[in-house]
Amino acid sequence: MTQPVLSVRDLSVAFFTRRGVLKALDRVSFDIAPGEVLGVVGESGAGKSLTGQSVIGLLEPPGRITGGEVLLHGKRIDNIAPDDMRKIRGRKIGMVFQDPLTSLNPLYKIGDQITETILTHLPVSAAEARQRAIALLTEVGIPAPERRIDSYPHEFSGGMRQRVVLALALCAEPELVIADEPTTALDVSVQAQIIALLKKLCRERGTAVMLVTHDMGVIAETADRVAVMYAGRIVEIGPVREVVQNSKHPYAQGLMGAIPTLEGGRDKLVQIEGAMPQLKNIPAGCAFNPRCPHAFARCFVEKPDLVPVDHSRVACFLFDENKAENAA
Amino acid sequence: MLAFILRRLAQSVAVLLSVAIIAFAMFRFVGDPVNQIVSLDTPAEQVEQVRKDLGLDKPVYIQFVRYIGNALKGDFGQSYQFRQPVTKLLAERAPATLELAFMSALFSLLVGIPMGVYTALYRDGFGARLFQAVSLIGVSLPTFLIGILLIYLFSVHLGWLPSFGRGQVVKITENWTTGLLTISGIKALILPAITLGLFQMTLIMRLVRAEMLEVMRTDYIKFARARGLKTRAINFGHALKNTLVPVITIAGLQLGSIIAFAIITETVFQWPGMGVLFLKAVQNVDIPIMAAYLMMIAALFVLINLFVDLLYAAVDPRLRATIRES
Amino acid sequence: MTETTAQRKETSMLARAFDSDLWHSFKSSPITMLAAFIVLVMTLAALFAPWIAPMNPFDPAQVYLMNANIPPRWLNGGDPQFLLGTDDQGRDLYSAILYGLRVSIFIGLIGVAIACTLGVTLGLVAGYIGGRVDSLIMRIADVQLTFPAILIALLIDGIVRGLLKSAAREDIAFGVLVVSIGLAFWVQYARTVRGSTLVEKGRDYIQAARLVGLPAPLIMIRHVLPNVIGPVLVILTINVGLAIITEATLSFLGVGLPPTQPSLGTLISIGNRYLFSGDWWIVTFPGITLALFVLSINLLGDWLRDALNPKLQ
Repeated sequence: MTQPVLSVRDLSVAFFTRRGVLKALDRVSFDIAPGEVLGVVGESGAGKSLTGQSVIGLLEPPGRITGGEVLLHGKRIDNIAPDDMRKIRGRKIGMVFQDPLTSLNPLYKIGDQITETILTHLPVSAAEARQRAIALLTEVGIPAPERRIDSYPHEFSGGMRQRVVLALALCAEPELVIADEPTTALDVSVQAQIIALLKKLCRERGTAVMLVTHDMGVIAETADRVAVMYAGRIVEIGPVREVVQNSKHPYAQGLMGAIPTLEGGRDKLVQIEGAMPQLKNIPAGCAFNPRCPHAFARCFVEKPDLVPVDHSRVACFLFDENKAENAA
Repeated sequence: MLAFILRRLAQSVAVLLSVAIIAFAMFRFVGDPVNQIVSLDTPAEQVEQVRKDLGLDKPVYIQFVRYIGNALKGDFGQSYQFRQPVTKLLAERAPATLELAFMSALFSLLVGIPMGVYTALYRDGFGARLFQAVSLIGVSLPTFLIGILLIYLFSVHLGWLPSFGRGQVVKITENWTTGLLTISGIKALILPAITLGLFQMTLIMRLVRAEMLEVMRTDYIKFARARGLKTRAINFGHALKNTLVPVITIAGLQLGSIIAFAIITETVFQWPGMGVLFLKAVQNVDIPIMAAYLMMIAALFVLINLFVDLLYAAVDPRLRATIRES
Repeated sequence: MTETTAQRKETSMLARAFDSDLWHSFKSSPITMLAAFIVLVMTLAALFAPWIAPMNPFDPAQVYLMNANIPPRWLNGGDPQFLLGTDDQGRDLYSAILYGLRVSIFIGLIGVAIACTLGVTLGLVAGYIGGRVDSLIMRIADVQLTFPAILIALLIDGIVRGLLKSAAREDIAFGVLVVSIGLAFWVQYARTVRGSTLVEKGRDYIQAARLVGLPAPLIMIRHVLPNVIGPVLVILTINVGLAIITEATLSFLGVGLPPTQPSLGTLISIGNRYLFSGDWWIVTFPGITLALFVLSINLLGDWLRDALNPKLQ
């Protein structure tokens, strides 16, 4: 087993507000292997984006990492000096945000923004940086790149802009890219193109991807493995096929069952009663217990840890071997 | 682009015309222009003649046209107080006011922008809090009080700087006298320039700070950080440029109001400028000077507005595109 | 810790007010509390000036020229009658400051009230009715914006001065000042309210009201106004201090109130003349009063703006 590119161990993040401490991430753990695409799904507020921000070290106050570790190639990066972390950003870990319009500085030509990033991280000359930028623009599918390299962001359409953003995220040749809802702000017709592009670019470079989204369709298409998050914890993580077609955790089952498919065979979409709790109202025990049709006594007292089931890991007492404690 | 310029010019003319109407209305209807020129025992026929000379027997709109025509030629009538052409009075005092205004604008920009950037970047530091306290005081103290305070400190108490007048001035062209070429002239400029510029400086400082804080929270700055760009490159490359663009426009527009605010500073420091002239005109109801001053300020503002708009278009590529499209 | 619905309903409005973010941020800033205290004390003192002040400086019968330029009580040459000394007319400075502050506050508040009313009304009308009315109002606003408030106030004063004889002028000086300030400051309100009105106009609830047949003025006041009042409050907090400074400046320049009813600005202007001769108190005490008052108002305004600004949460 090769060493994973990214290892997150028991990561906990909390918000320290005037009204108290809000736990946003609770002992999140996962690995990403080199070149692998890990999807992270969940509802809004489940903690997907926070995980990405914590990994790349851009967690904003009043949020703080309160426990756990983030390891890049086995070395901790969550507690290093700010300037060391800065060197890792872009060069080892890249990030793509949701809205391509606001991600690009409107007053700078896109070429300048790309070459600036290249020159910050790679020991090349300005001329070579520009050549690389043009080559990159060609790769992401921008027509007439030698001309458009001197264009401003507002001169591109939404889809084109996100291609530029991808180019920017990859120009310093990182080993891992965190894509935080990269298609949510795009037209449906363009979403597929961008996802395909992301997949292709990363496959060619062997770049791993942490794909954060609430769009299950994208995950099913693109990811190798997927982690399902709920109320700040991972409730199920495993190969994408297994999690999508044969989910174990009641919440994951509900989630997958709610996806409309063209194949038919279902009369009604599965609906999960209730809503995900707010950070300040997370129930004791398993956070899903108010909505879970299978909840029993233990679920209201303890929080389940991830246990292996088939090729996945699931955080649910239904699969806990100590069934003796699962009093009816 | 040409269409844009033409449109702005048309707007400017409209504004100037509106102001001209007000100025003319003042000129014609407030007080009686004739009475200012004749005395009590002037014979009736002479009074009639004066009335005819001033064109007061013609319909109002013709008088208005005449007024505009004269204005364009630079003739704003005669001052009631000094019995001299208003234009001449304004012209000989213009250098004093303009020099003062320019120096204080420079002061407010050179101090305000760096202070604004500093307080935005080091939000919670001691220096930032100090600057913010200073800015609050600058906004709360009326200009005249600041002037008096400075005079008391630097003139009365320390005796370093003069408290009135322009010092020694040098005539460099036929119409322009400058105080910048003599030591006493420069010394005399310091306190008034600071007084006049302090309010603007605090305004600019707060503006730059607010803008910069806004900019630092945008997605493109977050993305720049996510790309591992150096902090200096982010702060002074990306953030600063985006901050300064709206600041330029507002600062430019302030220049016009500095000239108007000069009235106060000139009074405190007995600075022989146009502001004091205007004030005396208000106190003595010298309408021609008031009307002319009004027109002059309007023309100045309109010009500055136009210039700032063009500057903005030159700096912000998005605006250039919008202009081209329309 | 979870609260049941029943428990929440029982929390009184007062308790919620004290628990609110606004109150909390107020309490956590000692400077703001100090500023509020100062404003309160000074306003009350000014309000009750006729009852607190030892003498009435506006009454010529109580003022004797031979009392001119007496230093404060604790200095050589001071007079126990005059706590802070006298000005060049023999008026007790302490009383003059109280009365002057009173006048300044009144003019400032009423002036701002006029500006606000005028501006909000015109803004509502311009935004709601649109079309030609809107263009006209905005044109006027644009033209007026080319001139700073001081200039406008000076102009109005000059015009009034030219139109009336001096005796009548003195009586209405107060009114002229108030109207000048009102006319000088209305534009900001109008623009902001117009912008908000335009936004609200397109919303469904306004369309619904129109469909039901409610008359325009009713819609404007009952439905649009409450929703656009937020930014108006922000402008108000900035304006009050500015209005008071404007009045003081006008008085300082000699175009404010007549010299027999001095406001703080007039006193400072008088004191300025004696600065070099050593009679420092005439300019200092009114100056400190004015500065302290406006500073406190601005601090309060700053705090209010920060507390109400959702973006800074």
